[in-house]
Amino acid sequence: MKSVCFYFQVHQPYRVKRYGVFDIGSDSEYFNDRSEGDLNNRRIIEKVARKSYIPATKLLLTLLERHPELSVSFSFSGVALEQLERHVPEALDLFKRAVDTGRVEILGETYYHSLAFFYAPAEFERQVAAHRDIIRRIFGVRPRVFRNTELSYRNDLAAWADREGYLGVLAEGWDPVLGWRSPNFVYKPIGATNAKLLLKNYRLSDDIAFRFSSREWSEWPLTSEKFSQWVGAAEGDTVNLFMDYETFGEHQWEDTGIFPFLEKLPEELLKIPDVQFHTPSEVIRAHDVKDEIDMPHIVTWADTDRDLTAWVGNPMQNAAIAALYTLEHEVMLANDGRILEDWRKLQTSDHFYYMCTKWSDDGDVHAYFSPYESPYDAYIAYMNALSDLRLRLEKRRTRT
Amino acid sequence: MYVVNARILMFGWEFPPHHSGGLGVACQGITKALAERGFEVLFVMPKKLDVSSPYARFLFADEHVYVTVRALDSVLTPYLTSRNYPKGRAGSIYGHDLFEEVMRYASLGGEIAKEEQFDIIYAHDWLAFGAGIEAKKATGKPLIVHVHATEYDRCGGMQGINEQVFEIEQRGMREADRVIAVSEYTKGIIVREYGIPATKVFVVYNGIDESTTPKGDSTRKMRSLRQDGYKIVLFLGRLTLQKGPDYLLRAAKRVLERNPKVFFVISGAGDMEEHVMRMAAELGIAGNVIFTGFLSGDDRHEMYTAADVFVMPSVSEPFGISPLEAMKLGVPVIVTKQSGVAEVVRNALKMDFWDTDEMAAKILAVVGYPALGATLSFHGKNEAERLTWQRAGEKIEFLVAELVH
Repeated sequence: MKSVCFYFQVHQPYRVKRYGVFDIGSDSEYFNDRSEGDLNNRRIIEKVARKSYIPATKLLLTLLERHPELSVSFSFSGVALEQLERHVPEALDLFKRAVDTGRVEILGETYYHSLAFFYAPAEFERQVAAHRDIIRRIFGVRPRVFRNTELSYRNDLAAWADREGYLGVLAEGWDPVLGWRSPNFVYKPIGATNAKLLLKNYRLSDDIAFRFSSREWSEWPLTSEKFSQWVGAAEGDTVNLFMDYETFGEHQWEDTGIFPFLEKLPEELLKIPDVQFHTPSEVIRAHDVKDEIDMPHIVTWADTDRDLTAWVGNPMQNAAIAALYTLEHEVMLANDGRILEDWRKLQTSDHFYYMCTKWSDDGDVHAYFSPYESPYDAYIAYMNALSDLRLRLEKRRTRT
Repeated sequence: MYVVNARILMFGWEFPPHHSGGLGVACQGITKALAERGFEVLFVMPKKLDVSSPYARFLFADEHVYVTVRALDSVLTPYLTSRNYPKGRAGSIYGHDLFEEVMRYASLGGEIAKEEQFDIIYAHDWLAFGAGIEAKKATGKPLIVHVHATEYDRCGGMQGINEQVFEIEQRGMREADRVIAVSEYTKGIIVREYGIPATKVFVVYNGIDESTTPKGDSTRKMRSLRQDGYKIVLFLGRLTLQKGPDYLLRAAKRVLERNPKVFFVISGAGDMEEHVMRMAAELGIAGNVIFTGFLSGDDRHEMYTAADVFVMPSVSEPFGISPLEAMKLGVPVIVTKQSGVAEVVRNALKMDFWDTDEMAAKILAVVGYPALGATLSFHGKNEAERLTWQRAGEKIEFLVAELVH
């Protein structure tokens, strides 16, 4: 038996508006851009929902009905759920209906889609707990498998998940780590006794997520039939297809034919002999551990380096994240709900990604998407907002 | 690489070391890049000067057998608007009336063209356009005009432009088979203000020369300021309307309201000098503004290295080579979007020249957040290294090859 395991990521950050130096001390709203641009969070979540979440989930509901064998998994960041609840309840209802079928598993992550695991362990635990709460409140379920922000992973994450009683953790199936091994098996992570490791098959996942509409790609156009044959030809116990849910309708626009592709995919996959759709916890139960995996250094699902350098690779990013987490103790002491929430919203990994300058040296036009004019502008807005937050903390301290 | 081996008859106005700005440097860069690509360049200047280059043979119009040109001292340079001329006359190289000089150069251009063997004519800016047109008339060879700056830029808009200069520029571009613009920004002006069809205007970005090694002691004062914890914001350029020093001063006022430990160094001379000095006093920031006068060579480079951030507040800048010089020396750079250089560099901060609040905000960010300057410096240096004249040469070769069959 071969498992096919889908995991879709749903996440939208609270982007910091063009917060200017002259706003410091007089404006404590960092995320309320109301322009027609891409920093208007409400505008973006409504657009993404309209183009992707709503049509994709409607299709998914049809497919779940059509194919009783189908099951998939999702991970939602808390900040995405909040924004959907407020601005696009229709999309959230569709997600709820999908989860109510009992064939959609929800994974655990940090509420604020943060990198806190690597910078502030106690804060990380608080955010996981907050995420567990919102998932219970909205969907009435408890996550049993964990995935960390940007699929970032290191041995100690598995050890933590093990202690917390998770069945497993998701990570990138990155060749330099795997060596001769295939991502298509269940592994035991070093440092865990019970928790298992599921690895992304990035080649097949990226065929859909990145290459689907690329006309320079020799396999274009990709059909459900062709893709299913590749899945069938893949050796191993499971093919883990992990991708952003925005792949459907936002990264790959409707006119690329992504929805018809998705619609036909389950029936084509079911033509493979002995194939079964499994969610991550089902994969873990269905297959034996193949080997032990050691990842002492951070591995993520990002770009060609598969590390954290897209988030903390230049002096600006390092200074920003250091300035952010230096405030942890003081923010906790302040005991001010607004300050705490703003500090947490500033932890979302996207802020640091927008400051990425990895493209700068090669003169290459890279696809580091950002709503800012430049990584420098992203950094300036962020640091100005953080300066204001620091000022609010000082005011609070002198008051009490 | 195209093997055209064409001979180019090139009309210029200045050439290093006899130049007062970017035009001469650009002519040198282009000549060298084309020579390296196998072209033979005959570089014509209006007057006999002590110049030499391994990359070009020089012809001087005043040495020409048929005519002699009377040379008078004047302050004429390609950067003066005719409005500003004449105000002083010391240490300059060309005749006493700019238009007379340009017209004479034009007629000599035709004469020279009849004598020389070449495949294509190439003229730099309006001062040489006339010579290019005459050469084309005399021989029927194709003409390329290279627009480094327009009257529109020099006047910061269409108001107050000199009609005569405008007409010479327009005629040159009309008669030319190809027009080269130093940026999309300049191409926009050429198409919009001069009515030249976009299809014959091609953008070739400038490159940057190897920087000379900084030496000298003119910036000791700056160093001691830095030791006292002050940050240095540098303006380096002519003090003219086009360069926008007044906008920088308005931004400086805003900066100093937030952060008094900043000094603004204004390096350069020009017809706005008195005006900006008075303005600094009127804004009440004279104590934080230093005027150094015109700096050249080593002093210029030394000043770059003393700066924490370089600002080019230009109102209309066809290209703008000075930010690239600063970047090459690892200095963080802020430029206006009304410049060609803003199109080619990613590792610089950019805003509109009139948005002095934003200019102030960006200056405050660089002096206030050290990691910003560090990242701009690192990537900016690498980026500037890649913007070479060789790159420009490749593009020009392509355009020449189309005209020379």
